[in-house]
Amino acid sequence: MQLIAIISVLIIGGFLAWLAEGRNRDWPKWVSLFTILLSGLLVIPLFSLEPITLQLGATSSQWLLIYEAPWIPRFGISFLFALDGLSLLMVALTIFLGLVALASSWNEIEHQPGFFQFNLMWTLAGVTGVFVSLDLFLFFFFWEVMLIPMYFLIAIWGHENKAYASMKFFLFTQISGLFMLLSILALVFAAKSMTGSFTFNYFDLVGLDLDADIAWWLMLGFFIAFVVKLPGFPFHTWLPDAHTQAPTAASVLLAGILLKTGAYGLLRFTVPLFPQAAMEIAEMAMLLGAIGVVYGAVMAFAQDDFKRLIAYSSVSHMGFVLIGIFAWRELTLQGSVMQMVAHGLSTAALFMIAGALQHRLHTRDLSEMGGLWKDMPRMGAITLFFIIASLGMPGLGNFVGEFLILLGTFQVDVPITVFASLGLIVAAIYALVAMQRAFQGATIADRNLKDFDAREVGIMVLMMLGLVYLGIHPQPIFDMVEPSLKSLYLLTEPTHEWVGTLR
Amino acid sequence: MSEQQLVAILPHILLSAAILVQMMVIAFARNLRTTITVSIIALIATGLAFIPVYSLIPINVTPLIILDGYAIFYSGLILMSTLAVTLMAYDYFKDRGENQDEFFLLLLLATLGALVLVCSSHFASFILGLELLGVSIYTMISYPQKGLLTLEAALKYLILSGVSSTFLLFGAALIYAISGNLQFAELAPVALVTQGAGELFLTAGSALIFAGIMFKLSLTPFHMWTPDVYEGAPAPVTAFIATVSKGAIFAVTLRLFSSSNLIEVPAILTGLSVVAILSMLVGNLLALKQDNVKRILAYSSIAHLGYLMVAFIAAGMIGGKVLAVEASSYFLFAYFITTLGAFGVVTIVSLGNQEMDAGDISNYEGLFWRRPMLAIMFTLTLLSLAGIPLTVGFIGKFYIFTVGVTTMLWLLLSVVIIGSGIGLFYYLRIIFAMTKRTEVNAPEIKIPIAGGCVMATITLATLFFGLYPTPIINLINSLVLSIT
Repeated sequence: MQLIAIISVLIIGGFLAWLAEGRNRDWPKWVSLFTILLSGLLVIPLFSLEPITLQLGATSSQWLLIYEAPWIPRFGISFLFALDGLSLLMVALTIFLGLVALASSWNEIEHQPGFFQFNLMWTLAGVTGVFVSLDLFLFFFFWEVMLIPMYFLIAIWGHENKAYASMKFFLFTQISGLFMLLSILALVFAAKSMTGSFTFNYFDLVGLDLDADIAWWLMLGFFIAFVVKLPGFPFHTWLPDAHTQAPTAASVLLAGILLKTGAYGLLRFTVPLFPQAAMEIAEMAMLLGAIGVVYGAVMAFAQDDFKRLIAYSSVSHMGFVLIGIFAWRELTLQGSVMQMVAHGLSTAALFMIAGALQHRLHTRDLSEMGGLWKDMPRMGAITLFFIIASLGMPGLGNFVGEFLILLGTFQVDVPITVFASLGLIVAAIYALVAMQRAFQGATIADRNLKDFDAREVGIMVLMMLGLVYLGIHPQPIFDMVEPSLKSLYLLTEPTHEWVGTLR
Repeated sequence: MSEQQLVAILPHILLSAAILVQMMVIAFARNLRTTITVSIIALIATGLAFIPVYSLIPINVTPLIILDGYAIFYSGLILMSTLAVTLMAYDYFKDRGENQDEFFLLLLLATLGALVLVCSSHFASFILGLELLGVSIYTMISYPQKGLLTLEAALKYLILSGVSSTFLLFGAALIYAISGNLQFAELAPVALVTQGAGELFLTAGSALIFAGIMFKLSLTPFHMWTPDVYEGAPAPVTAFIATVSKGAIFAVTLRLFSSSNLIEVPAILTGLSVVAILSMLVGNLLALKQDNVKRILAYSSIAHLGYLMVAFIAAGMIGGKVLAVEASSYFLFAYFITTLGAFGVVTIVSLGNQEMDAGDISNYEGLFWRRPMLAIMFTLTLLSLAGIPLTVGFIGKFYIFTVGVTTMLWLLLSVVIIGSGIGLFYYLRIIFAMTKRTEVNAPEIKIPIAGGCVMATITLATLFFGLYPTPIINLINSLVLSIT
């Protein structure tokens, strides 16, 4: 019930924000703020829930919350919402980044603020739904629903090339989504031929004894949909365009949480539903991940557009997640989750900075910046922090994620580990060069720029604290997601022992 | 004819009587408000007359007509759509001068034709219904008599429709030649003939029947008339052609091929697969190049009928019939709602323009900021056409996928995916145009009361049945499966 309440609060809040515009153009953002805080309040008690143990395939799994109600009984479709440590972490990240997105657009939106906030809230609602749905139909429903408001955010409030970018974003995710729908249905029918009844229930579909050939094709449908969203090389081409053209708030949400739905899907669905088939493709997927890491980093180095640079760095960082998931070891899974959270925070912050720069300078071109530290010391220092975090400095969250992934992958595949590690070097180069070009060097023009104000500094400091916390004391996060990862892991490798937490 | 049979065709009798009354009313007291009132009462009374029929089904009335759950479901769909079209047409015609009353007479006649079609169990009633529907539509297309486009549309539809009817008749004659029978259900043994001249007659006959039907359903390669007629006809008439006419013809076709087992002839299935693939690709690809919303909707309807054919083909596959009939019924239900919504918006936007319907996409620029409610309705309809969740169109597409997966039509399904992908381009183009910030010097759009109510109902239905399709699924399962 609590999960439905969170999603409903966001949906209703979106409507109210839209209606509020009729009264006063300043109201929508306050309604949004209130909505996000309210849903945040609803999330907090979830952390103290007692786990319930449930049979998942051949193993047992721990869930914090399960809610089920019939929806379309004809096909065995139900409102099956469930929450475990992994989902909870993702939902918390979603709500927090929603707050960041709202803060980043606080004074930026002049045109139709009500509809803007409506779309913002609905994106959050859709993503939250994705993270807590365990009925495959319901999951697909939210998967598609989160696209529409995001499309509007890019298409209406985007920058100069918004038509192209929004269309590309929608097409890539929608078409790959249809492949997933096909796979879902084929899986359901395969299950029906065994059990005799329709079901979209994750708990019933996990651990089916599928024919190897069929499983491989079905896995591919899921894999493509999630890898497009992740985005993995070579399906990443929508991302630089979408990120660059999107308004700041949408970039923050895209990078911070929408990409994570892809990683979450791989973790939750692709591998557990089709363990054998996923292992067959694992080598390939890790290779794609490693190529993504290096390619993204090299491309980031070549960009003049600050937002495009961050977008390519996302491709690079999410490549690590892809490697980590398909290496499928205790260390790499923990590392992938850590990388998802840390990347969510650091990239969201960088996009917020890029948005703030564009708001002040009306350009994203690095060659027109330079010497900005002098004008905006606060912004410069904060940017340096996130640039450093992004390149993987020990002591911050990103380092923990990438290090664990590489460490774990080393036991599986040495060449891929070595190759992917190159990405870390290039990351240091492009990140520092970007910092250099924007904030150091000679001032290009005499500008009277406004530094970060209290609102911006406040939200930035929150994210900085988060990254430092993740970097020096990651254990609580590991403990939180361990039961989920353990049950997923044992599901696919029943002969293995879960080596245990990183203590 | 027994008393029961008389009750069973009471809806048809009532509607026929209402048409006569309507004629008298127009002759003696010409007044648009009166005419429309008679029309609405006639439609509602006809609908109510189906209630006593429900306890009698299935019942044959002469060899020509059968009333079963399937017929009732589609009759209900037709009557509701006609009601919506009537209200839209009222808004459309009320400010266009004198002598608009006969239009509503024609609309009732066409509806009667459609009702006969969905109840027919014999080639004679099939052709009768088809012509009643077709002849009324020619006149309705050219009714406003404004501009060359309208005339062109009417003439094209007249000629092509005439040609297609001859195809159909000749096909029926060939089938009659080997079976000696014109009743659908009696044809079943013939479908098993697999050798000699019998097979040739059977295949040729079915192919000709299908050619005729494909004209009416605007399936490729017989789709050429569609964009011109959609563009030239008044928006409410286009809505009627797209929904009632196509829906009724599809319903009778499915009944013919399902109850006669003709659909299981392999050559026909192969041919239909080609037609379905071509329709999905041609419809979606040609829509990309259009700048006229009515033409885009025309091509999109070609593609949608292609999707529908996937379910039709599935009905011919082993073990697919029950689910296929269910799927095509839900898909058609969704298609009816969505198409009526789309043309409802076009009608409302066109009200300020007497010369020509507001087809060009520039008419819709900035609609989001000028008429937010109307734009949201249109967006929902377009998303429903694209098959995006939250809308009834998604459940329709879900059904197509479901039935395709059950009968393992992988090739057709991959074309559905490609087609849907291409489709997004032009649906999003319209949505994007509506979100443009440019100031447009378009005439202000007034939302009429009748049209506004229709649109509100359609929008609510789009959302409601997209989120909670169970009532319709149950209705379909209790009624429609009677033909399988």
